[in-house]
Amino acid sequence: MEEIKLMKGNEAFAEAVIREGVDAYFGYPITPQSEVIEYLMLEEPYKRTGMVVLQAESEIGAIHMVYGAAGAGKKAVTSSSSPGISLKQEGISYMAGSELPCVMLNVVRGGPGLGTIQPSQADYFQTVKGGGHGDYKLIVLAPASVQEMADFVEDGFKMAFKYRTPVMLLSDGLIGQMMEKVQLKPQKARLSNEEIREKYGSWATIGHKPEERTIITSLELKSERQEKHNHKLQAKYREIEKKEVRLEKFNCENADYLLVAYGSSARICQKTIQLGKEKGINIGLIRPITLWPFPSDEINKAADKVKGVLSVELSAGQMVDDVRLAVNGKVPVEHYGRFGGMIHSPDEVLEALEKNFIK
Amino acid sequence: MSENITPEEIIKKGTLVFEKTKLMTDAHLSYCPGCGHGVAHRITMEVLEEMGVGDQAIGIAPVGCSVLAYDFMNIDMQQAAHGRAPAVATGIKRLYPEKYVFTYQGDGDLAAIGTNETIHACNRGENIVIIFVNNGIYGMTGGQMAPTTLEGMVSSTSPYGRDLGMTGHPIKITEMLAMLPGVCYATRHAVHKPGLVRKTKKAIKKAFENQRDKKGTSIIEIVSNCNSGWKMTPVKSNEWLEENMLPVFPLGDIKG
Amino acid sequence: MAKIKGAIVVDTERCKGCNLCVVACPTDVIALNKLVNGKGFNPAFPENHGACIACMSCSLVCPDMCITVYRYKPQKETV
Repeated sequence: MEEIKLMKGNEAFAEAVIREGVDAYFGYPITPQSEVIEYLMLEEPYKRTGMVVLQAESEIGAIHMVYGAAGAGKKAVTSSSSPGISLKQEGISYMAGSELPCVMLNVVRGGPGLGTIQPSQADYFQTVKGGGHGDYKLIVLAPASVQEMADFVEDGFKMAFKYRTPVMLLSDGLIGQMMEKVQLKPQKARLSNEEIREKYGSWATIGHKPEERTIITSLELKSERQEKHNHKLQAKYREIEKKEVRLEKFNCENADYLLVAYGSSARICQKTIQLGKEKGINIGLIRPITLWPFPSDEINKAADKVKGVLSVELSAGQMVDDVRLAVNGKVPVEHYGRFGGMIHSPDEVLEALEKNFIK
Repeated sequence: MSENITPEEIIKKGTLVFEKTKLMTDAHLSYCPGCGHGVAHRITMEVLEEMGVGDQAIGIAPVGCSVLAYDFMNIDMQQAAHGRAPAVATGIKRLYPEKYVFTYQGDGDLAAIGTNETIHACNRGENIVIIFVNNGIYGMTGGQMAPTTLEGMVSSTSPYGRDLGMTGHPIKITEMLAMLPGVCYATRHAVHKPGLVRKTKKAIKKAFENQRDKKGTSIIEIVSNCNSGWKMTPVKSNEWLEENMLPVFPLGDIKG
Repeated sequence: MAKIKGAIVVDTERCKGCNLCVVACPTDVIALNKLVNGKGFNPAFPENHGACIACMSCSLVCPDMCITVYRYKPQKETV
């Protein structure tokens, strides 16, 4: 049954994880996302669906538990915040290399180092450009509401299993901590071991006779075979780039200036559009929902009609690199954003736009 | 006359009493001549075969010489990042409590980079088997010092012998793990002599029976040789093992 | 009492000539061949095969699973 509730973003994510029929959550507490594991422990999903919830000894332990479970064909989830996600990079790279599906959540806080517990979008490079070692990509979804914190669990798992690849939800402390109305999906049943054998038995380690046995590994000592494997990964990434780009457009018809912003920053920019209107400045906004694959084509097309593009991020300027590549020199592209846990106001964004392109 | 039966006739008429288990692949092992890994692999697979649970077993290969264990152990296997095998095993076993899950780890993997994962898997009493091969050195990377390297023992990163003041003592991780309530069985064995191989196999069988009976974590340490790393012939390295390794890592049950 | 007799078959191409079976054998059945195998190792072979008692010591310590062991127990002869 669908249900409407008032929840924190972190809680909505946790509840959606249960309702998705996820088999296991492995995590380690860190602010500002500890509500995820706290909610799960309180809800006791092992009684509701048989789902396993385990507090690991570290983020490293947690991601490798996800690796083990995913390698055995199960739906596994982990979540953390920036410093914890840095620790998880080892396992993330292994999962990408071994082609294992999972959904992860990063509720980003300000860095570098221990940084601050306040919201930030400074993990864009880490998430979109690699993070761990080797040539790999994560599918990255950027929720901008509590509703999307819940919805992207299902969307994430669809893509994770379709492409056998890890999916990251790149959120931040603002979306994770704020409370909003959320419509929760009905409870899905977890797959039985027999269903898993039927669907994923050809690759998952679920126990086989020697002649049918399966191996999960990212190791290939023969370079010619490693290159072949990497080509296979790259072909998969090209397919994802073709099929899975998602974005949202606001006021892009007849806009003179374009903002590009994701997650919480995109919410702030919606107000900037209104403030611009009051001043007679026609501003459009493109919100990438998938940060990888990045909506480069749409941004490139939109650049034809505007005088300038402003990438608005809670960082010193990271996504702006991808916006510049997308715009490809058609019009000036600039960055604006507060960072280190500070959040820009809609006025500050408008002021930055005027300063860069109008005054 | 049966007394004069030829070997050829024995092979024809006699009973087959020992052959390679079907749970080992036909691939030639990548280990150095005389390396104990081969025996440790084989008896682990023999136990699973004798228990009839090969198709219900999932093994975790570590980083180290046995990184390619999945090429030889003819069952479902996952390869884990360095030291993380107990966490990977946790992820599998929690979701498949009826399967037989084991890690196969070396001393660098288990007793250095993987201490956190190992200690906490044991402390939670994860119902898994840990096969821990201790040869006092990092074999795969070319003979560097391990946490278990003996005092004064030469390695490529302790070229003048391990200096305890500089790098600490050979770690007795199995004794440490035995202290944890989650561990039901901790024992140390060796595989360089026929009788010891039999005993080690018995211990591995007991460990998997513990898992079947949901008793908690079982850890089987196997003190083994590394003739390449130690720069000795296989026979000489086994003698050296008896004279030098066993006084520091004495054989026998530590718990259970 | 008729004595148990044994015989072994060595997979010469798997063998790495580590010599552990030679040392383990209580009846000195095995030796290393002077001729090398395809890998360049001197493989084990039953030089003194008649002395084999099928005790399996060689196969137990062989790290490369090269040795298969057969056992033969002669029946008591009736007069």
